[in-house]
Amino acid sequence: MKTLNTLLSRPWIWSWLAALATFALTVIVTGGASTFGLAQATLTFAAFSVLVGLGQMLVITLGPGNVDLSVPATITLSGTLALKFMDTEPSLILPGLLIALGIGLLVGIGNYGLIKLLRIPPIIATLSMSFLIQSLAIWSNRGLRIKPPDALATFSTGSIAGIPNMAILALVVSLVVWWLLDRSICGRWISAIGQSPFAARMAGIPVDGTRFFTYVICAVLAALCGYLLASFSGGAALNMGAEYLLMSIAVVVIGGSAVAGGNSNVPGIWGASLFMFLVVSMLNTYGFGAGLRLVLTGLIIIVVIIAASRKTADR
Amino acid sequence: MSSPVAAVGGASVTFGAVRALSGVDLAIVSGEAVGLVGHNGAGKSTLVNVINGGLTPHAGSVAYDGAEKGLSGVAAARAGGVRCVFQELSLCPNLTIAENARLMHAGLAGFGWRSRARNLVEAKLSEIFPGNRIDCAATVSALSIAERQMVEIALNFLDVSGPPQLVILDEPTSSLDSTLAGQLLAHVRAYVSGGGSVLLISHILSEILSTSSRIVVMKDGGVVANRPAGDFTVKSLVEAMGSVVRDKAASGERAGRDQAPLVIDLPAVRGGFGFRAHKGEVVGLAGLGGHGQTDMLLSLFRARSGNWLPHGPGDIAFVAGDRALNGTFPLWSILRNLSIGNLSALSSRYAVDREREAATGTAWKEKISIRTPDMHLPILSLSGGNQQKVLFARALSTAADIVLMDDPMRGVDIGTKQDVYGIIRAEAEAGRTFIWYSTEMDEICLCDRVYVFRDGAIVAELTGDEIDEHHVLAASFSGAAA
Amino acid sequence: MRFRLSPDHIRILIPFVSLAVLLAAVFWLQPRAMSYMGLNLLLNLAVPIALATIAQMLVIAVNDLDLSIGTFVSFAACVTAVYMPEQPLLGIVILAAAIGAYALMGLVIHLRDLPSIVVTLGMSFVWGGLAVLLLPSPGGQAPEWLRTVMTAATPFVPMAVVASAIIALVAHLVVMRSTLGVALRGVGGNARSVSRAGWSVARIKVAAYALSGLFSVLSGMALVGLTTSADANIALRYTLLSIAGVILGGGEFTGGRVSPVGAVVGALTLTLAGSFLSFLRISPDWQIGAQGAVLIVVLGLRLIFSRREA
Repeated sequence: MKTLNTLLSRPWIWSWLAALATFALTVIVTGGASTFGLAQATLTFAAFSVLVGLGQMLVITLGPGNVDLSVPATITLSGTLALKFMDTEPSLILPGLLIALGIGLLVGIGNYGLIKLLRIPPIIATLSMSFLIQSLAIWSNRGLRIKPPDALATFSTGSIAGIPNMAILALVVSLVVWWLLDRSICGRWISAIGQSPFAARMAGIPVDGTRFFTYVICAVLAALCGYLLASFSGGAALNMGAEYLLMSIAVVVIGGSAVAGGNSNVPGIWGASLFMFLVVSMLNTYGFGAGLRLVLTGLIIIVVIIAASRKTADR
Repeated sequence: MSSPVAAVGGASVTFGAVRALSGVDLAIVSGEAVGLVGHNGAGKSTLVNVINGGLTPHAGSVAYDGAEKGLSGVAAARAGGVRCVFQELSLCPNLTIAENARLMHAGLAGFGWRSRARNLVEAKLSEIFPGNRIDCAATVSALSIAERQMVEIALNFLDVSGPPQLVILDEPTSSLDSTLAGQLLAHVRAYVSGGGSVLLISHILSEILSTSSRIVVMKDGGVVANRPAGDFTVKSLVEAMGSVVRDKAASGERAGRDQAPLVIDLPAVRGGFGFRAHKGEVVGLAGLGGHGQTDMLLSLFRARSGNWLPHGPGDIAFVAGDRALNGTFPLWSILRNLSIGNLSALSSRYAVDREREAATGTAWKEKISIRTPDMHLPILSLSGGNQQKVLFARALSTAADIVLMDDPMRGVDIGTKQDVYGIIRAEAEAGRTFIWYSTEMDEICLCDRVYVFRDGAIVAELTGDEIDEHHVLAASFSGAAA
Repeated sequence: MRFRLSPDHIRILIPFVSLAVLLAAVFWLQPRAMSYMGLNLLLNLAVPIALATIAQMLVIAVNDLDLSIGTFVSFAACVTAVYMPEQPLLGIVILAAAIGAYALMGLVIHLRDLPSIVVTLGMSFVWGGLAVLLLPSPGGQAPEWLRTVMTAATPFVPMAVVASAIIALVAHLVVMRSTLGVALRGVGGNARSVSRAGWSVARIKVAAYALSGLFSVLSGMALVGLTTSADANIALRYTLLSIAGVILGGGEFTGGRVSPVGAVVGALTLTLAGSFLSFLRISPDWQIGAQGAVLIVVLGLRLIFSRREA
């Protein structure tokens, strides 16, 4: 009983319960016919949301006003440039990855540079940055769809023991982020800044350094996601990042992380990412279109945020 | 004598364990200017808040002349013609002066309110501050601090739908130069002789003496003197604010620290005194609240800690006074709130060693007796005093040579205070330097060296036997320096 | 009267100066643009963006931020294109209900003290979904009268300029001159003293959101009038563009510092930054980038000037 109560008090449990329920509802309709396929697809697509969601989560943990709107543009640019650089050459897979990560690094530095130099809110800084990156991506893409190297394509669509490689990779990254957030000094600093930047400063925390690091991590994760997503879908497309702007914020909210900052969790990102994809497939199974799915997603986000606010009000 | 404009009868207010106001009676009749003086924590602000309706006393009554029955709080006070110029500015900085007037006075409705408001404020401004050059079409944020203060004063004296009956001025001259202050006080006198009434709070005793017809002296939440202004001199006012007998038990323990090496040495600014602190010394920052003590602590801290890179085992630590603003992390447990100041010492390879963290927590829980069954409970489950102990432990558990304290004992019970005083003394003996801003006289008297602040500068340096209430009060109030 | 440029003046001036500089650059590079047709082409899409920017500005004035404007404008455009030509009454009822929903959203955000970003994020999914339900694939048509209004050949200056001026004037009257506008900006500047003076902050916020909804609806209708049809994703970029327009126009995220005229000018500047590249024969790939660059340069200039002032 006590274990159950502790479990239920975890902020991420609801996203997992919702994901499980949706999964069950879908399986009931299909009669279990494609359960394995559904699970695989869910894990794969959730993996991409997880990657960007983790970065966005760290940024949102920094407190009110902190959000990275350049995530979609970074995804597109890194996917485009990395594939262009590799040019289907298998020997360039690793350098291509480094290029992608390097782009993320530069975007992160640029983002925080703008925040600091122009003394503007992160929203407007990352927004201006995303305009620039998006343009760069459009310019370099030129409508050409360059395929990823075969080995990379095989890897990104393949699976080990039934588990998609993408999901395994996202899990590894999640473990690293979990360690960072939950175990490392830096995670404490991020959380402290999110609760009160002033108190954090007065407790001797290097506030600027920590925020800079967080924005860089977020951009690097978005870039990694772009690299993998482009490889997975057989080439970079200009709109490939678009849906991840709202998605990255939504999985943070649904995953039970505090929108006001200071308190985040990694498991919730997974629960929410799985849930977001499962809702799509459930509604598809029931024959509902994309419209209803979007409406439902929106309502869920609002219900979650209202429920979360009630909890804090009671306390 | 006419019926009082505002009357407070037997008002008591308590905040937790602190009795901020105990059975205060005060009636202000029209045509008098009441001066209100007292040191920090005497209850001045609480009394003002009771009169302006912002605070309902837990016992006792407030009544206004002319206010309809059935109204209460701010609405009743406003209906009774009570206006209040707050110490912190309460204008909307993004709006113009006329727009602020519109928000403050519901009577300014209807077509052409903008020019009406502008004319009214302009007229009132030149009535109070003749020759002022404030452009009434300007946005408040474009004004200097002094100009904002002038506008706020003018807005409160404004006659839109009925003239004000009682205007409360809480340190109205704090950002005005002497000419402007003189104009304001002249206006107050004229206003009062015209039948209005004023409650004036100021740390400049000459203002109080020259402007008030009656002076109320407060101490420890009660009124200790309430007599015509003519009965007072600067000297007798200072004496009335202090207590008659005070034993100086702590003085015997003071060892000469002047020979110890200097850890901080700052030059004098604005013709005041320089600031020095020796190793192992407890240095007190005294004076009325908000006169630059906290700014001094913040700049000391900022100069010695990094914002970009983690600094090594810190040489400076800070204990917050305003816990909610810059002290506690409300989402965290007691333990995490304690350990955040010293994480690098509790970690190996960037990862926090949770066992070592917990052990440190337990050790400090014993050492300063934090009253909680479990250090993993949320910080907000603790009483204010115990939260404060956690903040102390956060600072003391570091290796910091210098500990800054920003009036941390406000609202802390006496038992905790005694515990902490003991710890501070012991740590100072062991070689740490404490820089302690306090609004409580007892604490100031515990220090080895005291700097008194007034208007952002150090106006007195007291050492040894000079550290007593009389010297601190005399230096805190302008015009009272011996 | 002494004359000095306060930071406030600079905030108001910079958008005008940047628009003038951008226009001058266009005219210098392409003198033919200095004509009725040229201006019309350059600023064609400015009207709906300006309306959406005003909508965003109203929310920013009360210290909130609306991430749902893009999808809401798309939704309004879909309703207009689907119902307005055949069943105008039903169309009007739906749009009025949508404005009501906006006001309700403002109330919920205020009463429960919710972060506006997240609530509007959720609503953006809702509006987007409704738009898709309404128009699964691009289609619909503009009602005749709307088309006529939006493409009217006004004398001397093109419709886009005339309409922008009218929008700026109306928004200025509402936000800067009216009592409601004062209260609205007062809430952004110092909500405590507004409520201390006896105002209901909840009511003011509801009014801000309702007005914002109204301007978004107008934006959607104007967009349909220009493009003659709609699709569910027609205005997704407006969320970010409207934020950029407000900031470009001298607004700030907090403190109730907004300028309606500046916001319209900011929207014009962004539109111009986009279309001006095609005049330069530079690939339209850089259109968005130019908008980002203008934003960064203007914010940089503002910082430099305000620092010199301080």
